[in-house]
Amino acid sequence: MSKNSSLQVMQERDMHKVVVGQKIMRVVSQFFLYLFLFAIAFIILFPFYWMVISSVKTLDEYLLTIPTLFPREFDFANYAEAFNTANLGRLFGNTVFVGVVSTILSLVITVLSAFAFARLEFKGKNAMFAALLATMMIPGELFTITNYKTVNDFGWLDLETYGFTVLIVPFLVSVFYIYLLKQNFMQIPNELYLAAKVDGTSDLKYLWKVMIPLALPTLISITILKMMGSWNTYMWPNLVADSQNYWLVTNGLRKFSVTVDNRPDTPVQMAAVAIVSAPLFMVFLFLRKYIMKGVSRSGIKG
Amino acid sequence: MKVELQNLTKIFPSRNKKSNEEVIAVNDFTLTIPDGKLVGLLGPSGCGKSTTLYMISGLQKASSGKIFFGEEDVTNVSPENRGVGLVFQNYALYPHMTVKQNILFPLQNLTGKDKLPKNEMIERAYEVARLVQIDDLMERKPNELSGGQQQRVAIARALVKMPRILLLDEPLSNLDARLRLQTREEIRRIQKETGITTIFVTHDQEEAMSISDMIIVMKLGIVQQVGKPQDIYDDPTNLFVAKFLGTPPINVFDGKISGGKLYIGEDAVLDVKGVEDKDVFVGIRPEGFVPSDKGEFNCKLNNVEVMGRDVSIVSTNSASLNPVIRSIVSSEYVKTIAEDQETIAYSLIPHKVFIFDKETEERICF
Repeated sequence: MSKNSSLQVMQERDMHKVVVGQKIMRVVSQFFLYLFLFAIAFIILFPFYWMVISSVKTLDEYLLTIPTLFPREFDFANYAEAFNTANLGRLFGNTVFVGVVSTILSLVITVLSAFAFARLEFKGKNAMFAALLATMMIPGELFTITNYKTVNDFGWLDLETYGFTVLIVPFLVSVFYIYLLKQNFMQIPNELYLAAKVDGTSDLKYLWKVMIPLALPTLISITILKMMGSWNTYMWPNLVADSQNYWLVTNGLRKFSVTVDNRPDTPVQMAAVAIVSAPLFMVFLFLRKYIMKGVSRSGIKG
Repeated sequence: MKVELQNLTKIFPSRNKKSNEEVIAVNDFTLTIPDGKLVGLLGPSGCGKSTTLYMISGLQKASSGKIFFGEEDVTNVSPENRGVGLVFQNYALYPHMTVKQNILFPLQNLTGKDKLPKNEMIERAYEVARLVQIDDLMERKPNELSGGQQQRVAIARALVKMPRILLLDEPLSNLDARLRLQTREEIRRIQKETGITTIFVTHDQEEAMSISDMIIVMKLGIVQQVGKPQDIYDDPTNLFVAKFLGTPPINVFDGKISGGKLYIGEDAVLDVKGVEDKDVFVGIRPEGFVPSDKGEFNCKLNNVEVMGRDVSIVSTNSASLNPVIRSIVSSEYVKTIAEDQETIAYSLIPHKVFIFDKETEERICF
């Protein structure tokens, strides 16, 4: 640069000062970041902690005016009582049955429709898919009334005759999962399909041999999310399952209240909640990778 | 297997419903491809060459016209029943299967009398793997292979069911320059060894010329010329074909014919007896220039590019339609060029000079 130029090279500065300044900034920002993270983690984890410690307190300790943060003595009998009085075995059985059956059926429907939307050409495909997507805009709770009317018209509310049908069928189709899997299928190059066609592969065989293995991570995510969904569902079963024999864990927990003198025995209830949460907790521990993938994909990015 | 195309046409309906602009991808294509030949379908992007290939494979339906394999009409036969092998530009290997599983896949789909017992399938897979020299990579997954190896796997997968016709869609475009040379020879060798009628699509004229028995030059869905590579190079039917073939490309000039002589600018460069007077395009192959003091064609000398065996003389002329004129001459000529020389005169080799009608761009023979 010529000496006459009005532009000047940046001023010299004390690099030692700069380094110290950078260090302080880093420490301060890290401090606030971790403070924030700890606060959030505390807010989320505290209820779980409360559930666990309450489940091992005696009723007397639980009813103290100033609650204790750590049980004075451990009363594991709550767990045994919860298991027996709440009929947890039955509830577990029901929930697992409903969860497994609806997950399997749901997967079949999701895979087939995602394949159709991603690969096949048929009239009205785009309009149909747009209509399906539009239903995602409506909050699920709004469907409850129409669904209730529909299942009532079908007579499915008669649980003795139709069994778990009413708990399974209304939620088999998930537009969101179809969308998720369709996007995944569409990333598979079309040439694979054409190559398979030339080699005489049927659509179904191609789906089974090529697309499903390639989309397996997404399918696993969907399976886990669907399973968790069935495990956690509360409102619908509460509405339609009026016979104890068909209760799922969530309603079972809500409806059973062990009474000593007509007051809820909260430690026993908490023990029951802890038992029910345990399987999901295990699922999360072991399959965290896939759950994260499914959840992060379900974010804003399409 | 002989392949015959009769008035083959493919029309894609317009996407926009209001405008009725249809796209004619392939227009009235009639051709016979003799049995056991390696044929190159050559043309710029969007000229309908891939569409033609897909119609032969059956993946796209012809809008009209017929396709025969040998004597049978296969126009309405579905792809899996035509017995063709197809290699895609991006190879389309199944990423979750090993090389062996990829090659076995087409065999596992065979039904009826083509169905093979399991051990024979594996034997067959190894046989083609040896043919394309990948038999030591059978347990690998496609993403553990180089581009050239993937290409061979793709060819092996297309060959394993011993198709009646092998189709290759831009088989070399994903490879680097060195590998491309090697692989095209490989394709030639494999084709010779198997004797399968092979049609391959490319936009690279050098690739097509170097290995094909026959090339088909296409432009905007219309076949321009069919023939042996050398014949097409030496005897193009129109300006497009002349321009498309050859590196460096042909030099094109504005010219006119007057009194049995061909003029480029003011220079009468050739005798063209018996051709009526009119304005024309003149195409001269780079090797058609001979630098000579007595040369009829005067150009301004720019520079000389040394390429080893040959040199390329870069010059300009106001009548030239290319930015510069490139001529290829033997390197001995360089010695005769003075340092400060500003012009150069060429005499022309008549059979390297082509004249084209200005309106139709068709060749005018002289």
